[in-house]
Amino acid sequence: MERRIKVLVAKPGLDGHDRGAKVVASALTDAGMEVIYTGLHQTPEKIVRTAIEEDVDAIGLSILSGAHMTIFPKVLKLLKDNKREDILLFGGGIIPKEDMIELEKMGVGKLFGPGSSTKEVVDYLKNWFQNKK
Amino acid sequence: MDIENIFQKFQKRDKNSLSRMITLVDNEDPYGIEFLKRFYTKRNDSTVRIGITGPPGVGKSSLLNKLVENFAKNYSFTSIVAVDPSSPFTGGSLLGDRLRMDNIYKFENLFTRSVASRGSLGGLSSSTENILQVLEIFKSDIILVETVGVGQSELDVMEVTDMVIVVLVPESGDSIQALKSGIMEIGDIFVVNKSDREGSERVVQYLNSSLKMKKEGKDFIPPVISVSAKEGKNIDKLYVEIENVKNFFIEKGIIARKKSLRKKKEVRDILRDIFIKSIDIELKNMENKKDLSPYEIAEKIFQKIDFKISEDIWKEG
Repeated sequence: MERRIKVLVAKPGLDGHDRGAKVVASALTDAGMEVIYTGLHQTPEKIVRTAIEEDVDAIGLSILSGAHMTIFPKVLKLLKDNKREDILLFGGGIIPKEDMIELEKMGVGKLFGPGSSTKEVVDYLKNWFQNKK
Repeated sequence: MDIENIFQKFQKRDKNSLSRMITLVDNEDPYGIEFLKRFYTKRNDSTVRIGITGPPGVGKSSLLNKLVENFAKNYSFTSIVAVDPSSPFTGGSLLGDRLRMDNIYKFENLFTRSVASRGSLGGLSSSTENILQVLEIFKSDIILVETVGVGQSELDVMEVTDMVIVVLVPESGDSIQALKSGIMEIGDIFVVNKSDREGSERVVQYLNSSLKMKKEGKDFIPPVISVSAKEGKNIDKLYVEIENVKNFFIEKGIIARKKSLRKKKEVRDILRDIFIKSIDIELKNMENKKDLSPYEIAEKIFQKIDFKISEDIWKEG
């Protein structure tokens, strides 16, 4: 049976702007992936628990509140604590270039800023998955 | 991969191993099937599987979100399997049951897994039975199976579970007539959710009277309960009913009978799988027989077919 890419799309933090996350979630679904969508106000603990229980290949976080330098490292750490560093953590939102570089150094995957097309996200995940196998 | 090692981890309640094993059986990976074979007898024999079904939008996930608290407090381990549809066009699936299930994060003795129905015609994925067996090997006391309430799923959920809760809403009134033959026959408990809305009492009465007529002379008439998942109303009462029905079913041997029927069905499904896969291999060599009718081809295949029960049969397709 063909193995489908499983992605968790989550929206951590306190802001309520989930349009971006929803658009990405449905674009990934349309691209044939299995997407777990958890909605707003997710804590890093909930995100990682969901990722483990669902055994996802990747986690996509949408952060528009400016909390990216706190949340991404926290999720990375929790994944590591649970021995699931194999799960790709990527994301999108309003993230300054220098922060993006720093986060990528820490081990976060690609971060998509405003204006990115959904196709870029789909292609990125498909390529990553192909190379992982 | 060392499945013995995974089993050791199961006994320590390691959710990471559980979730990875579920992925393997969901994908019909040979390791997953080997695991099911090797540890079949290690299943918790007294696990009770409870199905929750009903039309889309009646609040199955919200109701489950309330009920899990009762289960988490009363049992040592409860699993939740939520099935959502896959697109027949792209194969993709948007699994959103967790949106309404915030309570699952409050308890460590709960495990939730979303499953895409994939190609299956009914509301359940064809690997659901395997996933449930893995959860039994993990020694879940209760498994709650939430299904897509469309099409054939009613029948599917009845086959893989020990008892079924059918969820409706006050607005279901008019449509119950139409649902009668499907949903009305499989429910062991009927719930009218959203009782904060108008018309719920009427639906409860209607359900009660039609169930009484249908089940006349039988020693079990499914209870009907109106609840409001939103307001948390009557959730405890529903939980008590679930326990009552469950204990009655255990006492009367109904669950044991269901389990044995289910096993037969599963054997049949596996055999069908083996046959179809073997037939497909033969068919590949038979492509250009323009001069033969399908019947003649079928007879030829039947005469020479070699049904293979080997490890690779699970890798095909």
